[in-house]
Amino acid sequence: MFLWLGKRLLQALLVVLAMTIIVFIGVNVIGNPADILISPDADQLERAAAIRHLGLDQPLWMQYVEFLKGAVRGDLGDSYVYNEPALKVILQRLPATLELAIVAMIIATVIGIPLGLYAGLRPNTLLAKVLMAGSVLGFSLPAFWVGLMLVMVFSVELGWLPSFGRGETASVFGVEWSFLTRDGLMHLLMPAANLALFKLALIMRLTRAGVRDVLPQDYIRYARARGMTERRVIMVHVLKNILIPVVTVVGLEFGSIIAFSVITESIFAWPGMGKLIIDSINVLDRPIMVAYLMIIVLVFVCINLIVDIIYTLLDPRVRLATKGSV
Amino acid sequence: MSDILNPNSEPVAIATVDAPWRRIWRDFRSSWIAVISLAILVMIVLVAILAPFIAQQNPYDLAQLDYLDSLLPPGAEASSGAHTYLLGTDDQGRDLLSAIMYGLRISLGVGVLSALFAALLGATLGLFAAYRGGRAESIIMRLVDLQLSFPSILIALIILAVLGKGIPNVILALIIVEWATYARAARATALVESRREYIEAATCLGVPLHRIIFRHLLPNCMTPLIVIATVQVARAISLEATLSFLGIGVPVTEPSLGLLISNGYQYMLSGQYWMSFYPGIALLTTIMVINLVGDHLRDIFNPRRQA
Repeated sequence: MFLWLGKRLLQALLVVLAMTIIVFIGVNVIGNPADILISPDADQLERAAAIRHLGLDQPLWMQYVEFLKGAVRGDLGDSYVYNEPALKVILQRLPATLELAIVAMIIATVIGIPLGLYAGLRPNTLLAKVLMAGSVLGFSLPAFWVGLMLVMVFSVELGWLPSFGRGETASVFGVEWSFLTRDGLMHLLMPAANLALFKLALIMRLTRAGVRDVLPQDYIRYARARGMTERRVIMVHVLKNILIPVVTVVGLEFGSIIAFSVITESIFAWPGMGKLIIDSINVLDRPIMVAYLMIIVLVFVCINLIVDIIYTLLDPRVRLATKGSV
Repeated sequence: MSDILNPNSEPVAIATVDAPWRRIWRDFRSSWIAVISLAILVMIVLVAILAPFIAQQNPYDLAQLDYLDSLLPPGAEASSGAHTYLLGTDDQGRDLLSAIMYGLRISLGVGVLSALFAALLGATLGLFAAYRGGRAESIIMRLVDLQLSFPSILIALIILAVLGKGIPNVILALIIVEWATYARAARATALVESRREYIEAATCLGVPLHRIIFRHLLPNCMTPLIVIATVQVARAISLEATLSFLGIGVPVTEPSLGLLISNGYQYMLSGQYWMSFYPGIALLTTIMVINLVGDHLRDIFNPRRQA
């Protein structure tokens, strides 16, 4: 077990290190930052001084070593646009993205599980069939198109909901949150619904499949034979057993929801990390790009590692399988 | 023999076994939704290929654009009176219907090309992994697992952030995103096949590795790969549209459907919906029909269904 964990940790570390190399070299190949940063009016002397100041006169591998040293200390360079440490700029946007992702996940779970439960318990009703067909749509429609349609219907035609920004925020512990004010909630609703749609379809299908799986089992039959109310059978015996895979997926998909928030944030001009990275790519703000990619890769490696470990602890079959291979 | 050559003779039933594509077509006809989807898909592909001949203007030839005609709603007459803008015009007086036809070319081209290359790369690696086994297999499959544990949009974002935008870069990003799916499917099928006698025989005869993989294994693992390729084209088109919508995909000089939608978005808020709406409908229809055809293919190729 410890050997396996060690290998797994080493592998995670290698992935992160490989990412730093790819990102660093790649980002340095796109164009010369000196051309972007230094005003075209600057004379040769000013130019040389600026290049030296930014460390751009060093060979690439020296720049990489400096970058790694900085990265370990949490210093990923200063943003060219904001003139502030890149990490700080990104972390300032983190609450907005987290808020959006958490609310989206809550919407997906709170709506998805009951709908999936219904579709699983009454699979032959019209509503269940409509729900299942709708979930296929939820998978195959491009998320950005759904977002645009939401804006078109609810902002432009009906004028019910605002189409961009976070609205009014309230401050708790020095961090601004939208969900605490009425105006902020109105702003939050549409982007969160947009982001939730895909996960909602996923959770609904998963719940339905789980219910179909569990219902024919003996313990459900015996529970009914013992004269338990249908309500208790469903709430305790069915729901409890399907929740394990659903909770796993909710955890696993949280990382992906943060990645997909890039799209939603761009549509609704939500001032989070996703919009920041797209804006930074467009103006070639390299420290921000590097810092964002490093953070998101780190997050994903951690999520995958945690899921792997939990699986190994929960399911003995996985443990046996990993013992055999490398 | 002379009977067959004689045009007046009655048709003679010669073949008792249908050609495979004929059998597939007979199965395929069983779902009318799939047949209609296929018909629409063929039409879309034809429009995309023939766009320069059937579009009423070349939307990227500035000489053909009339600035006076900008932002006209669908169905408006051109100021010259020469033609009608069926789906309206954009902010530069570009006929939207023509722009959609040209956009389809790019969207479909990028989707098909990337799916093709990804299939080639993924299938080769997957078949190789299954045939060779051992260390090569565990390295390749570890890479596949790693790849699939990251969401597609994130991988594409990393690649495009590093390489910059442009059609070749988008195709490359899509290939890197998609190859793992093919590799996994190819390996799963080939695992069974590579233990069969004919592969063993080929190995014993000293047939070279590339020949075993491409001439012996590949034809017998083709069906699942075809099904996956169909659905992956739709995924590739959707992802390309998303990236272009975000402004990190295709360049403005060669707009795909995604970029058209993105360009129209700023006007949507002032109620001029058509610049985003109609390219979106074209995109949606394309993705939906490809998915429906792919789903049906999966059904008819599924051996469990026939049992």
